[in-house]
Amino acid sequence: MIASAAFYLFAAVTLLSAMMVITAKNPVHSVLFLILAFFNAAGLFVLLGAEFIAMILVIVYVGAVAVLFLFVVMMLDISFADLRKGAMQYVPMGVLAGGILLAELISVFIGWKMSDGVGKNIASVTPDAAKITNTEALGLVLYTDYVFAFQVAGLILLVAMIGAIVLTHRRRPGVRKQNIADQQARKASDVLEVHKVTPKTGI
Amino acid sequence: MLEVGLTHYLSLAAMLFTLGVFGIFLNRKNVIVILMCIELMLLAVNINFVAFSAELGDRVGQVFTLFILTVAAAEAAIGLAILVVLFRTKGSIAVEDISSMKG
Repeated sequence: MIASAAFYLFAAVTLLSAMMVITAKNPVHSVLFLILAFFNAAGLFVLLGAEFIAMILVIVYVGAVAVLFLFVVMMLDISFADLRKGAMQYVPMGVLAGGILLAELISVFIGWKMSDGVGKNIASVTPDAAKITNTEALGLVLYTDYVFAFQVAGLILLVAMIGAIVLTHRRRPGVRKQNIADQQARKASDVLEVHKVTPKTGI
Repeated sequence: MLEVGLTHYLSLAAMLFTLGVFGIFLNRKNVIVILMCIELMLLAVNINFVAFSAELGDRVGQVFTLFILTVAAAEAAIGLAILVVLFRTKGSIAVEDISSMKG
C-alpha cells in the first residue's frame, strides 16, 4: 500500500516536472525541474529494487549532467524570450505527433502479455536481495560478462571528454604562458654574446 | 489499480517519452531545451529497462541502464560543448541559424 502510494507520488511529480521542463519560460527553471524529475525517477528505481542505478542517476544526472546544463544556460548570454516567440504555432503538430505516439504505445500495452517462454531467456538471474546487495549483484556481471561493453563505455567517456575539451578550448592571443619546451631548447649561444672590451673604447 | 505492476511503469515511461517528443516540437528553436528533452526520453527508456529487469528478475537490464547513462552523459557533454562553440562563432543558439552549412 505504501509502495503504491510512493509510486503514484513519484510518478506524478516526475510527470509534472517533465511538463514544466518543456513549458517553463526560463531555461534555468527547466534545468531545475529536470533535476526534480531525475530525483523522482531515482525514487522510482529504489521502489523497483535498483538502488545502485538510483544512486548513479542522482550522482551522474543531478551531479554532473544537470549542473553542466545549468552552467551552459547561465554562461550563454541569450535572449530566451526571442527563442520562444512563435512556439505556440508548433503545438498542434506536437500534440498530433505526441498523441499518435502515446496512442500507439498504449494500444501496445492493452493487448500485450508476457509470452510463456520468457522465463527461459533470462540472461542473468538477479540474486536474492537479502543475501547479496544490488550493487554487488550488478558488479558480478558488469566486470565479468559485460567487461567488453564496460571498457567501451569508458572509451566513449574518454572520447567525449577529449572532444569537449578540444571543442571548447581556445587559444587567445596575447596570453603569456610558460613554454617549457622553448625554455629547454634555448641555448646559451643564441642569447649570449661575449665581447672582448678594450679599455676606454666600449663596444 | 492500486497494485503497482509492470504496466504502471511502462505507462509512466510512455508518458514521459511522449512529453520528451512533445517538448522537442514545442521548443524547436532552443537547442538547450531540445537536449533536455532528449535526456527526458532517455530517462523514460531507462525506466522501461529497470521495470522489465525487476519484473523478470534479470539484472542485465540494470547493467544496460548503466551503459545508457554513460552514453547520455557523453552526449550531453559533447552537445553542450558544440553549443558553446556555436554561440562563440555565431552569437546565437537558435536552430534556424545552424543551417548555414547546407548547400
